[in-house]
Amino acid sequence: MRQGDKFWSVAMKIAVCVKQVPDTWAEKRLRADDSTLDREAADGVMNELDEYAVEEALKLVEAHGGEVVVVSMGPDRAGETVRKALSMGADSGIHLVDDSLHGSDALATSYALATVLAGRDFDLIIFGSESTDARMSVVPAMVAERLDLAQLTFAQKVDVTGDTVTIERLADYGFDTVTASLPAVISVVEKINEPRYPSFKGIMAAKKKPVETLSVADAGLDASKIGASAAWSGVADFAARPPKAAGVVVTDDGDGGLKIADFLTNQKFI
Amino acid sequence: MGEVLVLVDHADGVVKKVTTELLTLARVMGEPAAVWVGPGYNDAASATLAEFGAAKVYVAEDPALNDYPVAPTAELLASIVASASPVAVLVASSADGKEAAGRLAVKIDSGVITDAVDIDASMTATQSVFGGSTIVHSRVTSGTPIFTVRTNAVAPVPAPGAATRVDVSVSLTASATKARITGRTVAAKGGRPELAEAAVVVSGGRGVGSADGFDVIEKLADSLGGAVGASRAATDAGWYPHQFQVGQTGKTVSPQLYIANGISGAIQHRAGMQTSKTIVVVNKDAEAPIFELADFGVVGDLFTVVPQLTEQVESRKGA
Ligand SMILES: Cc1cc2nc3c(=O)[nH]c(=O)nc-3n(C[C@H](O)[C@H](O)[C@H](O)COP(=O)(O)OP(=O)(O)OC[C@H]3O[C@@H](n4cnc5c(N)ncnc54)[C@H](O)[C@@H]3O)c2cc1C
Ligand SMILES: Cc1cc2nc3c(=O)[nH]c(=O)nc-3n(C[C@H](O)[C@H](O)[C@H](O)COP(=O)(O)OP(=O)(O)OC[C@H]3O[C@@H](n4cnc5c(N)ncnc54)[C@H](O)[C@@H]3O)c2cc1C
Repeated sequence: MRQGDKFWSVAMKIAVCVKQVPDTWAEKRLRADDSTLDREAADGVMNELDEYAVEEALKLVEAHGGEVVVVSMGPDRAGETVRKALSMGADSGIHLVDDSLHGSDALATSYALATVLAGRDFDLIIFGSESTDARMSVVPAMVAERLDLAQLTFAQKVDVTGDTVTIERLADYGFDTVTASLPAVISVVEKINEPRYPSFKGIMAAKKKPVETLSVADAGLDASKIGASAAWSGVADFAARPPKAAGVVVTDDGDGGLKIADFLTNQKFI
Repeated sequence: MGEVLVLVDHADGVVKKVTTELLTLARVMGEPAAVWVGPGYNDAASATLAEFGAAKVYVAEDPALNDYPVAPTAELLASIVASASPVAVLVASSADGKEAAGRLAVKIDSGVITDAVDIDASMTATQSVFGGSTIVHSRVTSGTPIFTVRTNAVAPVPAPGAATRVDVSVSLTASATKARITGRTVAAKGGRPELAEAAVVVSGGRGVGSADGFDVIEKLADSLGGAVGASRAATDAGWYPHQFQVGQTGKTVSPQLYIANGISGAIQHRAGMQTSKTIVVVNKDAEAPIFELADFGVVGDLFTVVPQLTEQVESRKGA
């Protein structure tokens, strides 16, 4: 198999997991009744980092041939997020949607996603490295653990040659080069690429692309392991943090640095 | 009293400060037992763990542990959980720490709570979510509770422990060795404190204008004994290395003092610094959203304000 040569490379089958989250700028809050994220209160958008995951999958398929399947678990309207990925260029979608999934924690989410992904012969499963709402950064690692696949996460660069995948994993001190045989699980950071915007043609084409809608029963999930009642962790209570007292803002009249120094002295930083 | 496992975060043989914070927190819940994974356990490390109350230190020292990311740590923790039956497991909220905690949760079928800023004796965790706008109390309801804890969330308090060494034998499975580290690229690091742990962080953004411009940021940071941070605009432009990026896809910092210079305050940047205790802003645009977070702000040019501030800090320190 030669890289970049569609005739000689074995086509790749890539899954990309995308999560619908409240619009980045929207004020997020929890619901008073069951302490879950109020997803109705704001527009839903594709988790920003998942756009980078979709882009990376599309680029790999452009180089090696193959197909991109987008996978999302979420309420009805998460279907919009699946369509968005299809309009960027993904080939088909799987939408796991079922009222009983509401309130799932990370263990349940990773269980549901791993079950849907298993047995479909994906060479790569690509994730964003973090959601903007819960920000746990654990689902990719948990799915790798459940599917017993190599975990190549926090990638700022991904390279596939033959059946080997190599990434640069961001670290405190720089980065690690990490390598494994396919199949593998990847998560990406925003350094990796510049996600494309869906073209008009892409948006039209997406309407005709197949999306498999799965219920909990269709996916063969054990109902006792999902949703709020099964969660391994739960919210006891929550409250809005009291708003911070408004700070002091002054305009520099040649003594701005001095005024900050006075403030820092008052606060005992100096 | 039940054992509370604390995964030691270490680099170059030195125990990171966050571990002393975790040990302090662990004492509220039970008896801390540290877990050292990787080669290079040493007397100084042992002394630090003892100083902050580790009764035991499980030591897994095989050099092969450096060759594979995350999975071996989760495997070792799972085996110690199986033999020691701890009442809880605490891990630092770093990228590696969260992932190890997640894999451990799957292995031992236990709930995991990430980014706790406090945990009480009943093992109720406090999380500060949505950029600090909401405070959540949460509990693990099934299995051995696993918590990842944010750096700088609690003040480390010494309390002597025996730090009795317990060697753990390592025989990694095929599952833990699927992804191999083949190279490590270390960016030059200065003599400054580590960004995630620093009590003072001085950051620069697009307003700094160039790599050379970061000179004024570094000088202020050095005068305050702080770390240097940067916005994505500054790291993308190549003015400052990426590992110093603060924000959603960079570091989350929660220092005593955060000084934002020439940074507009995009939501992705705020996500990484909003919980800082005191925030000072210098920006020439009075409308910049970062001023909403400021305890003290100056509308002005950072190239005049910051050097004047540095000079003041230097002279007042001397006084
Ligand atoms: C404020 C808040 C705090 C929470 N704290 C906890 C907690 O401490 N413990 C806990 O167990 N649960 C917690 N939850 C529940 C948690 O949101 C869900 O379990 C979630 O599915 C996993 O967390 P994440 O979104 O942070 O995933 P991350 O691990 O941050 O997501 C990484 C990637 O996984 C993929 N992914 C994640 N979810 C989906 C999905 N539904 N469909 C497709 N792909 C997906 C995406 O590619 C994403 O980029 C919390 C929820 C909220 C709103
Ligand atoms: C998926 C994703 C992830 C991201 N992750 C991060 C992240 O982790 N961290 C992050 O920071 N950003 C992140 N961003 C980018 C973020 O959206 C903003 O683009 C970025 O934070 C802007 O950086 P800035 O404030 O330095 O630049 P700008 O927004 O351009 O602001 C520059 C500011 O400097 C001021 N200024 C200019 N000259 C001077 C002067 N001489 N003196 C004083 N003030 C001056 C201006 O008034 C302006 O307010 C992410 C974006 C995406 C899409």
